[in-house]
Amino acid sequence: MSPPNGGGMGRTPEGAVPAEGPGVPAGAVLPSPHAHGGASVSRTMGLVMAALAPATLFGFWMFGWPAVHLFMMTLAACVLAEYGCQRLMGRRSSLGDGSAVLTGWLLALSLPPWAPGWIGVLGGAIAIVVGKQVFGGLGQNPFNPAMVARVVLLVSFPVAMTQWVVPVPMGSPGAPDFVHGLQITLAAPPLPDAIASASLLGHAKTELSRGADLAQVLGAAATPPHDWTGLRPGSLGETGALLLLAGGLFLVFAGVIGWHLPAAVLLGLAVPALVGHALAPARFLPADLHLVSGATVLGAFFIATDYVTSPNTTAGQWLFGLGIGVLTWIIRSFGGYPEGMAFAVLLMNALVPAIDRWLRPRILGRDRAGRPLALPGD
Amino acid sequence: MLAAVISLSLLGAGLGLALGFASRQFAVEGNPLMDELVAMMPGSNCGQCGFPGCTGAAAAIAEGTAPPTCCPPGGKALAAALADRLGIAIDLSALEDRGPQLAVVAEEVCIGCCRCIKVCPTDAIVGAAKQIHNVLREACTGCGSCVERCPTEALVMRPVPATLQHWVWPKPAAA
Amino acid sequence: MGFLERVFARPWGVHPEDRKRPAADVPAVPVAVPEKVYIPLAQHVGAPARPVVLVGQKVLKGQCLAEAAGNISAPVHASTSGVVAAIGEIPAPHPSGLPVQAVTIAADGEDRWCEGEVPADPFALAPQEAARRVAAAGVVGMGGATFPSAVKLALGLRAKIDTLIVNGSECEPYLSCDDRLMRDRAAEIVSGIRLILHATGAREARVGIEDNKPEAIAAMGEAAARHGEIRVLPVPARYPMGSDRQLIVELTGREVPSDARAADVGVLVHNVGTAFAVHEALRLGRPLVERLVTLNGGAAARPGNYRVPVGMLAADLFAAAGGFAGTPARLVMGGPMMGTVLPHLQVPVVKGTSGFLALTAAEAAAREPAPCIRCGSCIRACPMGLLPLEMSARIRAEDLSGADGLGLRDCIACGCCAYVCPSRSPLVQYFHYAKGEMSARQRSTLRQESTRKLAAARVERVEREAREKAEAAARRKAERDAAKARAAAATAGEAA
Repeated sequence: MSPPNGGGMGRTPEGAVPAEGPGVPAGAVLPSPHAHGGASVSRTMGLVMAALAPATLFGFWMFGWPAVHLFMMTLAACVLAEYGCQRLMGRRSSLGDGSAVLTGWLLALSLPPWAPGWIGVLGGAIAIVVGKQVFGGLGQNPFNPAMVARVVLLVSFPVAMTQWVVPVPMGSPGAPDFVHGLQITLAAPPLPDAIASASLLGHAKTELSRGADLAQVLGAAATPPHDWTGLRPGSLGETGALLLLAGGLFLVFAGVIGWHLPAAVLLGLAVPALVGHALAPARFLPADLHLVSGATVLGAFFIATDYVTSPNTTAGQWLFGLGIGVLTWIIRSFGGYPEGMAFAVLLMNALVPAIDRWLRPRILGRDRAGRPLALPGD
Repeated sequence: MLAAVISLSLLGAGLGLALGFASRQFAVEGNPLMDELVAMMPGSNCGQCGFPGCTGAAAAIAEGTAPPTCCPPGGKALAAALADRLGIAIDLSALEDRGPQLAVVAEEVCIGCCRCIKVCPTDAIVGAAKQIHNVLREACTGCGSCVERCPTEALVMRPVPATLQHWVWPKPAAA
Repeated sequence: MGFLERVFARPWGVHPEDRKRPAADVPAVPVAVPEKVYIPLAQHVGAPARPVVLVGQKVLKGQCLAEAAGNISAPVHASTSGVVAAIGEIPAPHPSGLPVQAVTIAADGEDRWCEGEVPADPFALAPQEAARRVAAAGVVGMGGATFPSAVKLALGLRAKIDTLIVNGSECEPYLSCDDRLMRDRAAEIVSGIRLILHATGAREARVGIEDNKPEAIAAMGEAAARHGEIRVLPVPARYPMGSDRQLIVELTGREVPSDARAADVGVLVHNVGTAFAVHEALRLGRPLVERLVTLNGGAAARPGNYRVPVGMLAADLFAAAGGFAGTPARLVMGGPMMGTVLPHLQVPVVKGTSGFLALTAAEAAAREPAPCIRCGSCIRACPMGLLPLEMSARIRAEDLSGADGLGLRDCIACGCCAYVCPSRSPLVQYFHYAKGEMSARQRSTLRQESTRKLAAARVERVEREAREKAEAAARRKAERDAAKARAAAATAGEAA
């Protein structure tokens, strides 16, 4: 062969004008694709927060300044915990992606609105440190961080975590102002009897354990008002159910979450509730109460759909969602706690790796078991 | 309290005895792994690992005194296979893979002494006395034995030049 | 595919902004032959061609410069007339910037064709002879795969395929060379399709064109109207519709088993550009020496389609097409989804070059990768039904066999997963890396095997030599002893 006309690696051909002007930086081997659909983690988190905002503002209005202070302290605790963990581990800070704020937000929505501030701070720290960062940070945690924190708080401080209040909307007589609200959140004085109340599910559980007939209990005057609009005791995430539903549907239409998972959760809860109530109305709550009470809507649209801790395939999401719904109903109806969404989510979270392993999509050209398809002639 | 202490102590002592007995009774003489590992090694006995031949290296790896990554000609592929067989996890990215190497004869320095030909474990060097030697690319394993023997330093190790067909995308940096 | 499967079919793929216009609507412009062309010997899948010209030799346009070397190979031809200036290495159009062997021709400016052999009636040729001529013309898959077309024709004939699929879907954004070819040369493409049908023995041809190219659908429909065996079928615009397995499912409902070839289910896929090249080869006797190339991207001054001789440098092509508007952040050969980044523009146009893109920073949309949030977007987007996030997690941990078990081999590197990834994980690079690393390990295992054989052979040789030496020594000793004995006997005899 005749002598090479160019020479070694990457040199320009003989006689060709050396590359003038544009080019890619030397050493960078950029992979395809060279275009992007525009999705980003922070955008996704932002959309979820936007969907939560109406219900949250409604809750602020209803429960006043103490709720606002608790919310802010929970969020601050999450952000600080995230920052601290990443500093300790010498990692790049990922506060910008908004995931810590969202975790705090979801946790705050599940707390009693007038709970002492330290509950929120402790919960936020648990959510981020124990629920997320010990596993390696965003994307690595097997359990939903907000629910981990909620469950830890619930089993550790059952009294503080079940002190609900009747709504005292901002501006109404008796509503605490900013400073008084701060006192309630920081000093946690005993709640006046006029305000303290049980949530509907809690009340039903207490009455049931006394052997009362649910049909009579629900009609009685002492029962906390059960109101579709949300003017009733409960966490921010419970009372704002309709606004949360709207936010959840917004997320479905925005393509942030699929419809399968929330539908599966609601179905998994509604079907056994309908059957149970039809068979024994004195023993089981009706389905509509199950759907608007507790954190059902929040759980179905915002907690169960957490990307990190839910299955990846549609089939897996159906199984996961139905499991959460049924477990929630079982825990609410038979368990020791009045509310079961958090436990149900954590239990199903534990099954996600197994679900993801068994319910995989079929590969084109292979059967479900992964073997190549047989040729028609064979 | 006392009952608990006693029962736990008894339990521990019993299980400990059972383990001790089992370790003596079922101890494996020699290592059946050895033969399997020897079969996996390149078998050129080049000595780059610092052990006496591939059998020596396999013995050291089986004993655990040498890492599965100690064989340079075997590279990542062999290290992964050995680790898999031994059921241990290794960090392949830490393995400094210089990539395949190749001996090259500097023609103007070679005096044709034939010493390198005698040490080459794969007969990859051709030549005759007083003739310039040459390395067969396909047969050279890059063990470097010849480099030490060359009296005129005519043999050098060079990385096998990258080609378009064999170019591999670099692994992305961790996110 | 049953009705139920159609209704519940997974919504694979993505819908990137196509950005084909206005480049697609500008008529194709022929480009003047540059002073020098650099024609690589490996412009196809398979063994590089073997040069048959000498430096200093005068060549005519269309003259064979290097012939096919082996069963899967293709010859290359001069794309203009001139003198062979050099045969040696030039930078390959490849992200690595590694060199490739090429023939450099200094053009004489006459651009004179050599005499081609034109059969009077190509349909009178035996299918094998038609395939041979296609092979001699150096026709390779023009859709980017660059597999030698004649090999596929022979395969189709052997496998007794019934349907020819002609791929005019051109699903990559920005590119419009196939669109332009179908609009301008529909009759020639149809002629090429009929020739391929003849060479493969297929009964019918289905031309799949994405419905975002109504002009091309109309032009092809009109050209194919007289031929009942050719049907033009619009397919929904969805990336990667142009991938052969997806297009086969869309047009025939057949699914190619993952370990089989399309021909095994009675189908053969050819690109419209290939059909055009087959027409040129069999009707005009012209080898594949020029092609339509799309220049596009926000930083291209005059986006459009250009008829370019193979071997023209991308830099010359951009210069002829008005240069750049602003500074391109990224230079890409091919489409934005699967194309390769070029380290510089001193690389030649090859047979598989569908376009060059000069992308602005906004278009390339590069960002630092963030951790995976397991959103599952990649799983929904994957046209093959794979789990990109699981595969990349295994590859990150160097568990290549784990990734392989999840179907890494089925990955077509279409880039849908990385396109939708909110974390900007370089998923395609993970898969490229793992596939390359796996074959590298396979090579090294093979190499080790041969090393073991060589070492054993050496041991055997050393032993044999020692044995032979010992035997020779023993023989000599025996001879000496015998001689001594004879001498002794003789002395004794004399003495007696």
